[in-house]
Amino acid sequence: MRAQAGDLEMRGAFAAEPHGGGGRSAGSDAGWGAGAGHEWVRPAEPVGRLEGEWLEVAMGPHHPSTHGVFRMNVALEGERIRKLKPVFGYLHRNHEKIAEGTTYLGSMPYTDRLDYFCSLTNNWAYALAVETLAGLGVPERAEYLRVITGELTRLLNHACLVGFLLHDMGTMGTPLMYAFREREKILDLFEALTGARMMCNYLRFGGCRVDVPAGWLAGAQRVVDEFPRFLDEFENLLTTNEIVLARSQGVGVLSGALAVNAGITGPMLRASGVNYDLRKVDRYGIYDRFNFRVPLGEHGDVYDRYMVRILEMRESVKILAQALKDLPPGPILDPKSKLRGFRPRAGEAYGRIEAPKGELGFYLISDGSVRPYRYRVRPPSLINLTVLEELCLGHTVADAVIVLGSVDIVLGEVDR
Amino acid sequence: MKHTPGWGLLKGLFETARNFVGSYYQPGRLTTIEYPDERLPVQENFRNFPMLIYDGADPERGLRCVGCKICEKECPPQCIYIVLERDRSGKVQKRPRLFDIDVSVCMSCQICVEVCPFDAIKMNTEYELSTGDRFGALLLRKAELAKPNEYYRRLHPTEAAEVDARLAAAAQAKAAAQAKEQAKLTAKPAKPAWSTQP
Repeated sequence: MRAQAGDLEMRGAFAAEPHGGGGRSAGSDAGWGAGAGHEWVRPAEPVGRLEGEWLEVAMGPHHPSTHGVFRMNVALEGERIRKLKPVFGYLHRNHEKIAEGTTYLGSMPYTDRLDYFCSLTNNWAYALAVETLAGLGVPERAEYLRVITGELTRLLNHACLVGFLLHDMGTMGTPLMYAFREREKILDLFEALTGARMMCNYLRFGGCRVDVPAGWLAGAQRVVDEFPRFLDEFENLLTTNEIVLARSQGVGVLSGALAVNAGITGPMLRASGVNYDLRKVDRYGIYDRFNFRVPLGEHGDVYDRYMVRILEMRESVKILAQALKDLPPGPILDPKSKLRGFRPRAGEAYGRIEAPKGELGFYLISDGSVRPYRYRVRPPSLINLTVLEELCLGHTVADAVIVLGSVDIVLGEVDR
Repeated sequence: MKHTPGWGLLKGLFETARNFVGSYYQPGRLTTIEYPDERLPVQENFRNFPMLIYDGADPERGLRCVGCKICEKECPPQCIYIVLERDRSGKVQKRPRLFDIDVSVCMSCQICVEVCPFDAIKMNTEYELSTGDRFGALLLRKAELAKPNEYYRRLHPTEAAEVDARLAAAAQAKAAAQAKEQAKLTAKPAKPAWSTQP
């Protein structure tokens, strides 16, 4: 229902401009595409060679390039995009309200379903918020396990994203399948450790649920050792490919100033040249112990976003190698933490981490009961999506597809 | 780097050719298996849906579940339904009459397993549960959920060994406490019941 209302509003907004404020109300604007009282007036300044009426196209929600159920309502002049309105909410599952009605622990499996590619970093952000709220410590070994699983998640997410992005550019499947081959190895590790490939539900407040099984660390080491080879292969495949360069360079340019003003975080912000990585800035967990660099882009176009992710994977491999080497023995759960009857003292807390897609934060207010009084997610996917129109204006429809691909969204997190 | 036009393309094509040929020789590059004919071994920690454990041969009598309803309360999607057994006089018994899990609602989060104080509910690894029956076939009853402890040992050997050791230690402690109580009773026999009669 919400999507419908937004849709009508958007029609009104599109219709309003040529008519100078007329047809703003949703009800009077029933002639979508039918021509009744709905006529596009040519824009004042001639744009391009093609002179004609604007065409409104709803890309999605059932469109293979939208990475889920997401709709872009675009107004086209020829093939150029003149207006773009993202419409979301198709996958809304009431996550935040459900969390206010269930215990703190009960929300943990639901956080897996936010960004379903990166359940372990979602768990981490939520656990961090609750630990801040309840004043729980995390044992050394658990911190290391969090870093290991978190960075493996980053590898998995970026590999898939790059595969999807190139798939959007028209490399029909090959890089995506190569990426999924690597992802499968990491998912096998997750399954051996947590019991599930994607819905891991692994972290607990004050530590982790189980310790690593026998032979797991060796397996992780093997995956980490082999990953740079995959990256080399991947870069050989497409980094200097002429078609990729022609398609992605100079497309969807996001300036650093706009990125900062719009609250963009994650690889998308760094691709615009802003040096901001929560692992360096916030130093949550034990990230200050690892030696790694933050790759930065220069132009903020689609190609930079692709490249920043490739370089970030290389840095993640470095972090993983260090973490696997230094993993200390010891307990994995704070003895003060408890599963049932967990009541943090009244107060509020915000926990944030550098998730693969950007700053993922959980804001919690506790009233001292077993349930949070308020539970709010700061989803990087949604906030990174807000500049989509600025990135796409003036480009073609095919470019909008790859710009959306380079933003890296998962609709489970956008709509929550 | 000096860029010759077309070189990047050729490099990529060479990479795909290498993968294509390599998939014949390197098993690491061949990741697909013919599913119904061959299967990957199930990982030990894998979890799918919950099951109830019973000791001994009788699933009714040996069921570890005492119907405390903790899992029912803690289950995030509320997919567990428990009704306690009552005897003829209506007194509540310490075992469930109904224990249903709607696996179409269950999200395999394992929280019921973690909160159970009696090690009565554990995760099954059976995954081929598809059915043509839309109504009821995915609502597992107590009889379908009850699995012998041997089955659990076969699925999760490491975890089951831990649980068995813990339960054996608890049983031993209980037996010791009972023996102590018994010894106290035999040393100072209680007043016989008949002596209270007039």
